[in-house]
Amino acid sequence: MKDYFFQDTIGKPMDRVDGRVKVTGAAKYSAEIELPNMAHGVLVGSTIAKGRIKNIDTKAAERAPGVLAVLHYQNAPKVPGYVQAAHPTEPKPIGQPHRVFYDDKVYFNDQPIALVLADTLERAHYAAKLVKASYEEEKHTTNFAKNTDKAILPTAAKRNPRHGLNDYVRGKEDAYKNEPLKIESEYVIPSEMHNPMELQAIVAHWEADDKLTVYDKTQAVIGTQNAFAREWKIPVENVKVIATYVGGAFGNGLHTWPHETAAIIGAKKLGRPVKLMLTREQMFTMVGYRPHAWQKVGMSATPDGKITAITHEAIGQTSSYEEFTESTLQQTRMMYTSPNVTTRYRILPLDISTPIWMRGPGEATGAFALESALDEMAHVLKIDPLEFRLKNYTERDPEKNLPWSTKFLKEAMLMGAEKIGWSNRPMQPGTLRDGEWQVGYGMGVGTFGAHRGRATVKATLYPDGKVVMQCATTDIGPGTGTAMVQIAADNLGVAPEQITFELGSSLFPPSPSQGGSATVASVGSAVRAASIALKQKLASMATGNADSGFRGAKFEDLTFQNGQVSLNNSPGTKLTYSDILKQQGLPELEVTEESKPGEERQKYSLYSYSVHFAEVKVHPLTGQARVTKMVSCADAGKIVNMKTAGNQMIGGAVGGIGMALTEGAVMDVRFGRYVTKDFAEYHVPVHADTPPVDVIFVDKPDFISTPMGTKGIGEIATIGVAPAIANAIFNATGKRVRELPITPDKLI
Amino acid sequence: MAFEKDCPHALPESSDHKPPHEARRMFLKQSSILTAFALTPGVAVKAADLKFEEKVAAAFEQVKVTLEINGKKHKLSLEPRTTLLDLLRERLQLTGTKKGCDYGQCGACTVHVDGQRVNSCLTLAVMQDGKKVTTIEGLADGDNLHPMQEAFIKHDGFQCGYCTPGQIMSAVACIREGHADSDEEIREYMSGNICRCGAYPNIVNAIKEVKNGGLKV
Repeated sequence: MKDYFFQDTIGKPMDRVDGRVKVTGAAKYSAEIELPNMAHGVLVGSTIAKGRIKNIDTKAAERAPGVLAVLHYQNAPKVPGYVQAAHPTEPKPIGQPHRVFYDDKVYFNDQPIALVLADTLERAHYAAKLVKASYEEEKHTTNFAKNTDKAILPTAAKRNPRHGLNDYVRGKEDAYKNEPLKIESEYVIPSEMHNPMELQAIVAHWEADDKLTVYDKTQAVIGTQNAFAREWKIPVENVKVIATYVGGAFGNGLHTWPHETAAIIGAKKLGRPVKLMLTREQMFTMVGYRPHAWQKVGMSATPDGKITAITHEAIGQTSSYEEFTESTLQQTRMMYTSPNVTTRYRILPLDISTPIWMRGPGEATGAFALESALDEMAHVLKIDPLEFRLKNYTERDPEKNLPWSTKFLKEAMLMGAEKIGWSNRPMQPGTLRDGEWQVGYGMGVGTFGAHRGRATVKATLYPDGKVVMQCATTDIGPGTGTAMVQIAADNLGVAPEQITFELGSSLFPPSPSQGGSATVASVGSAVRAASIALKQKLASMATGNADSGFRGAKFEDLTFQNGQVSLNNSPGTKLTYSDILKQQGLPELEVTEESKPGEERQKYSLYSYSVHFAEVKVHPLTGQARVTKMVSCADAGKIVNMKTAGNQMIGGAVGGIGMALTEGAVMDVRFGRYVTKDFAEYHVPVHADTPPVDVIFVDKPDFISTPMGTKGIGEIATIGVAPAIANAIFNATGKRVRELPITPDKLI
Repeated sequence: MAFEKDCPHALPESSDHKPPHEARRMFLKQSSILTAFALTPGVAVKAADLKFEEKVAAAFEQVKVTLEINGKKHKLSLEPRTTLLDLLRERLQLTGTKKGCDYGQCGACTVHVDGQRVNSCLTLAVMQDGKKVTTIEGLADGDNLHPMQEAFIKHDGFQCGYCTPGQIMSAVACIREGHADSDEEIREYMSGNICRCGAYPNIVNAIKEVKNGGLKV
């Protein structure tokens, strides 16, 4: 491990490697690719939530100037890989993604029913408005609250009794019910939309009958490649997926969506490239969302603050055609030392499109209920919520009965409490004021598995000393390229300016999708492996040369730094990497290395942790709640880049402010259609909603997690933020709001 | 001076450049002739089908516009419904200006028109005839970044980078307008620019640095 510890670069707040292209507007996102003879596609959505298309009248649209084709289920080229079944859940009970233009059935409101293709964007948009459809409407089920009795155990759990989505009982089932000191509360979150600033977009181009290239907004280059190869029944290597720049995604690029296949169908029909960018309204209806969820937590404790039992139940929304599930209840199983824990997870299929993981996914939903319940229990016990959490702190994973790989959450809690000024928090809610405003403090804990997947990186060293590394991962914003350059710099002994990390293409070696906070762990480990393999090759060349002063030296005897190799005990004996290549007459030196997690993951329980503290002010007359200060602390192993990681933590806090105070999709259950469909109705936090956010990293490496000591931060940045704010509002006002978002009407 | 030769629906260049209202009048006149023609019974009806009429109409709906974009003059022939944003992105390949909502709600499309920040998605290109437009591509001085661009890199005022051009254009205007005297004021006057990655505090720090640095913006 010695070579790793140079750490000239890892940990430093290096500027982003793609900073310049992003601030000059030179970075090209999917819809900004210009291909010759490109047509524009605009989707027409259904106006009913469930039923059958009786008729589509496309005459007026087809006559409109510039229109090249209007495609729908009757005339669109067939997608050979669609599973042929009357309903998407047959024959595979878990369902399949929506098959756009497959048949006349409508499964959700604003389901794409036609694609208008025209020579200019304006003409495509205009003609799309001329498409008229009539329907045979069926009774739809879109009212979550009225249908919770129809929630079901996910099929994955039914099929496999050991699946994590099954009911979980540690100790005695529902033990809280018979305890004297207990709370029991229900919590609701509405559906939330990812709403990345870049609208979902694709440029689809059939380069030959069986050769497809897509410039696509995705977090899963390889996953998308495989999906389209399956859909079109063509070899995987015939599908090229490019996602060089991704304008945010937060999870909604972790699935392929109907608009992508629609554009590919359009390109097939026209024999020319098709560009399709969704409208903001369509971002609410056809590219996933954090599912509406109902939860109930029962908790009991001893008078001195030891939790005796927790029961946590959740129901999450899904579509009628795909079973979407997430780990909503995971934190409850492992975070606190309760001898009795029961969890039950169900899903509720509705006539709405399929959800998809949204930042912090189910864990953020679950943490809202669990961490609010902790606060409620602490209030009943008249114990400080921080002290209550510390009294029930787990030093070992009580679910898996394994030691933690590392856990420094306690340190994080204490640092954060100090920073926010936790000692100012009144024990009695509603007693602290700043002029007219009520002031309160709250905290929330978050955790997410420190996942790591299998990834491969190709590294090429050139005689000029430059290094190019390639991997089919993406950078949706966290600064993946920058972190990889830093890891490569330290592990290879080359200055970061000499290293280029190329990503976002299926032509590069494979990587998992960019989700689950695992990119640095997966791809970074492969970058390190490739760096070491390059050094080994350089070493064998240097030591194999008969004239060389390195002759007979072993790899361990060598130091690799500043683009040169030297002998540990004779630093004057050195060779630059360039010289080694030149001596060998090599135009380049190339390695491709795969890296994957090992057995350590069976011996330890691996998680990242966060704790968030919020100071809020609530105006008692208007009910306006403002977050005035936030402190977000992460125990996420070694931090590769303090600047970009700090930014990611701030972003998670801002996302949590939205979840807590402003965001929520509102369903008009009469029509099964969202009334929130743009930023005027669906409020994401803006500058004015965002206070200063102090970020604290424990920054202690976890070498069981990865060879660099890293763990992910993307999810924990937002998990636990919403309950911290809800708890602060309770502390300020004495009002416990259990249904998000906490809008002013709930506080007056 | 650039001229849009490649525009698929541009009218042929002619010396008698008519103002938009005249073009419109000509369209109506032409259109009514066609309608009369269409009302004639017999073979002629099929010949002059509606599609043909619409095609003719489309050609007459073109309006000539001259815009100076990033110091370069563009003589254009545009459909009146073309937004400044779509003109920049789809016709001129100036894709640094971003589309985030098309409703003026997100600010990703912010550009300067005669020095003022505007949402280019809410602005029809024909309304800007004769005006000077500055986009993110025109902000730097050659290879030398604008101080605001430098500050955004230094303070990491972005993550995915998609809202960034709009944030930067808005930030420059925010200082020029005299609306950057405090954190609160910056936050208020930058609230038309959404950053879903949530880099807001870093953006505020970047703006403060440029403002306090006293450099000309």
